[in-house]
Amino acid sequence: MNAVVHAKAESRHLLSGNEAVARAAWEAGVRVAAAYPGTPATEILENIALYPNIYSEWSVNEKVAVEVAIGASLAGSRALAAMKHVGMNVASDAFMTQSLAGVVGGLVIVVADDVGLSSSQNEQDSRYWGRFGHMPILEPADSQEAYDLVKRAFDLSEAHETPVIVRMTTRVCHVKAMVVLESERLERPTPGFQKNPQRWVMTPANAKPRLPIMHERDRALRDASEASDLNVVSAGGDRRIGFITSGPTFMHVRETFPDAPVLKLGFSHPAPLDKIRAFASQVDTLVVVEETEPLLETEIRAAGLEVHGKTILPRFGELAPSVLRPAIKALLGEAHEAASRSRADLFPRPPTMCASCPHLGPYFALSHIRNLNIIGDIGCYTLGAGHPWNALDTCISMGASLSMAHGMDKGRGDSDEKKSIVAVIGDSTFLHMGMQGLLNMIYNRGNVTVLLLDNRSVGMTGGQENPGTGQDLHGLPAPRVDFAKLAEALGVRPERIRMVDPYELPTMVKLVREETKMEEPSVIITNRPCSLTDRFERLRAYTVLDDQCTGCGNCIDLGCPAISVARRETVTAKSGKTKELVFAQIDPNTCTGCHMCVETCAPDAIVQPEPQNRVIRIHAHA
Amino acid sequence: MRDGITNILVVGIGGQGVMTAAEMLARTAISQGYDVKKTEVAGMAQRGGVVSSHVRFGPKVYSPQIDAGEADLLIGFEAAEALRWLPHLRPTGVAMVNTLRIAPPVVSAGLYAYPADPIGELAATGIEVHAFDAGAIAEELGNTKLVNTIMLGAISDHLPFPAEVLKANIVEGFRAYKPKLAEVNAQAFDAGREAGHVKAVSRQLTA
Ligand SMILES: Cc1ncc(C[n+]2csc(CCOP(=O)(O)OP(=O)(O)O)c2C)c(N)n1
Ligand code: SF4
Ligand code: SF4
Ligand code: SF4
Repeated sequence: MNAVVHAKAESRHLLSGNEAVARAAWEAGVRVAAAYPGTPATEILENIALYPNIYSEWSVNEKVAVEVAIGASLAGSRALAAMKHVGMNVASDAFMTQSLAGVVGGLVIVVADDVGLSSSQNEQDSRYWGRFGHMPILEPADSQEAYDLVKRAFDLSEAHETPVIVRMTTRVCHVKAMVVLESERLERPTPGFQKNPQRWVMTPANAKPRLPIMHERDRALRDASEASDLNVVSAGGDRRIGFITSGPTFMHVRETFPDAPVLKLGFSHPAPLDKIRAFASQVDTLVVVEETEPLLETEIRAAGLEVHGKTILPRFGELAPSVLRPAIKALLGEAHEAASRSRADLFPRPPTMCASCPHLGPYFALSHIRNLNIIGDIGCYTLGAGHPWNALDTCISMGASLSMAHGMDKGRGDSDEKKSIVAVIGDSTFLHMGMQGLLNMIYNRGNVTVLLLDNRSVGMTGGQENPGTGQDLHGLPAPRVDFAKLAEALGVRPERIRMVDPYELPTMVKLVREETKMEEPSVIITNRPCSLTDRFERLRAYTVLDDQCTGCGNCIDLGCPAISVARRETVTAKSGKTKELVFAQIDPNTCTGCHMCVETCAPDAIVQPEPQNRVIRIHAHA
Repeated sequence: MRDGITNILVVGIGGQGVMTAAEMLARTAISQGYDVKKTEVAGMAQRGGVVSSHVRFGPKVYSPQIDAGEADLLIGFEAAEALRWLPHLRPTGVAMVNTLRIAPPVVSAGLYAYPADPIGELAATGIEVHAFDAGAIAEELGNTKLVNTIMLGAISDHLPFPAEVLKANIVEGFRAYKPKLAEVNAQAFDAGREAGHVKAVSRQLTA
């Protein structure tokens, strides 16, 4: 268990921003917390789950998570929902109207923007949602502030009866920094749901009178922002440039220009325009440093102030010191010499699937079958687009594979005439947003072959549980959805629902071949667990018998990272043609003994050696 | 070390324990009363990608990221990764490098080349680089996971606090959570510390 769960007030800890959010939620008396995993937000709920007196769950998607939190808030409980930036797109239908109705118990949405795109499909600035949905935004700059601001967010939410967005970025979520804890949990009274249809039933007649109330709230929030001690000037003697920052850019600015005055906006929306005006009057030039869109900049300019921002800084990515320095020096007309960070000419290490990953089998099959359009989804299996499989043709948003595949089937162009359309999706993504696409496709008489890769895990985000795994957020037994029955209930004919062991490569290839030829939808469901979870059983490693290996290279095409090229040889056949032979080797420390590659080797060169009595020498010197 | 701030860059490949080593340094720095920030620049690290962990500590630390050319110490868990990140060091910095070579699948497939002599290339930069085979020491001690502690031992005499403090923190950590591994980690630390005294492959004489 995490040490900080039992930590007392006034103790100092090294905490990530996500861990700090969890501790703050506990102290703030949160009673319900819900999330769907997503980098860099995942650890928020994983850490909240460690605290007592908070009901916490993995919801099936972000919209559900926000709705769970809304329900708890209406019952008078403090509630929190957490997600990565793209989760807001999914959840928006719920919070856009709840913001109009307002809240009872403090309702905080913690959103983590993947600025710099370290593991996401796009880069989005979630601060738009605060403007769009009339919700205030607090932006912590480090772990200590994540801790402080989450607590403040609940007070603000209750004071103004509004959902509050706490906007984090990767560089706050995953940075570990010192946090001094202030207090311990404060339990609060929970009044229970007070029925009030005019307030909570958002029909047009009830929603309309809420509009002026919401706009009045915006005004009150602006006053609160003007008065807030979260919007504060750090003095500096060099007044040539005054910086305005939100979120972690404060740290980068302070680091790079320690003598410059900085107006740090912790309560960044609604922006405190009077405070900004006063600050502007004290400096020569105003520069807004915000990640990633020019939101404050545009508002400040609209307020009639002259300001720099994205006029001189990049519109995407992190505004780290190495980015800020040259831009600001250029603005000041000073010379700057760029230092390098890394050698760009070295080979890359693109992420790849793990040894014995259950997705390797399906991709081995897909890469060996021709005339397929392979419409993909988001998860570890997205890596199938890369080397050596090159067997995934699209990826945009969670659950999109089935619906896009259906559209591609209906909108076939000339070159697609003879092709089969395949959708590849994981268990968690299917339950998140994919099953609606299947229902839609069946209902509309489409024809797509669905590969439902059930590895009993949310693999990509680190192996979380979902309704298909049989366990909940706390690792406790939970009802497990039956994917075959679910597919049948959605209308797939039972004959076309095929369960398969993805390690059985010949069966895997045969099944995909058969089902893609069918004139009706099929669902092929794999059944091996993610190799990084406890459900996976590691066995003795395999090895390649070098004198048996013919250098055919077949096993290497599987893409298991335990298999690598031992050597290459060029041979000349009788016909005079030259051919390159690729001999394989298996790393015994990486191989998990899954047996999959054995099926690729005609001469039986891949074998499992007899166990040797290895001397365990850990205590040899003890 | 500028403004009393120490910048340590720990680099390697996902799964090698880079982040754990960085965390150990950060915790020890906190125990010595420093302000600390630690951050990773890691893509999908779990899937065999490059990991670089930044640890910064001093009287007051703002940005968690070490600026280009500002690292004081570089701990390289793999030879080519050390080479990749060497430009992040100051000319007066020190690199401690494990000579292990791990070629990714794209190299194995012949799409890219792994440098023939990464240690030689490191030496040619003129920066103070110490290189040794941490894996061999770990194997000698009977557990390949010890590389982590060995590398920390190796860098321990270059830190602004005594090596013993770092050692005690590591060993206590194990004593609390995995007591069986406490003793062997203490040995690994000492062995690493000894190995870290290996003569630099190169030293900049004009520094
Ligand atoms: C709307 C949204 N929420 C969350 C994520 C983060 N995310 C990426 S893949 C993934 C789920 C992967 O699980 P699964 O489909 O089971 O595939 P696996 O990784 O296990 O192969 C998640 C949660 C996202 N990209 N988009
Ligand atoms: S984490 Fe699991 S699902 Fe993802 S690549 Fe590794 S084994 Fe496969
Ligand atoms: S048995 Fe083959 S496929 Fe399975 S982990 Fe080992 S090398 Fe990889
Ligand atoms: S499949 Fe068998 S024969 Fe072919 S390269 Fe691999 S081990 Fe050698």
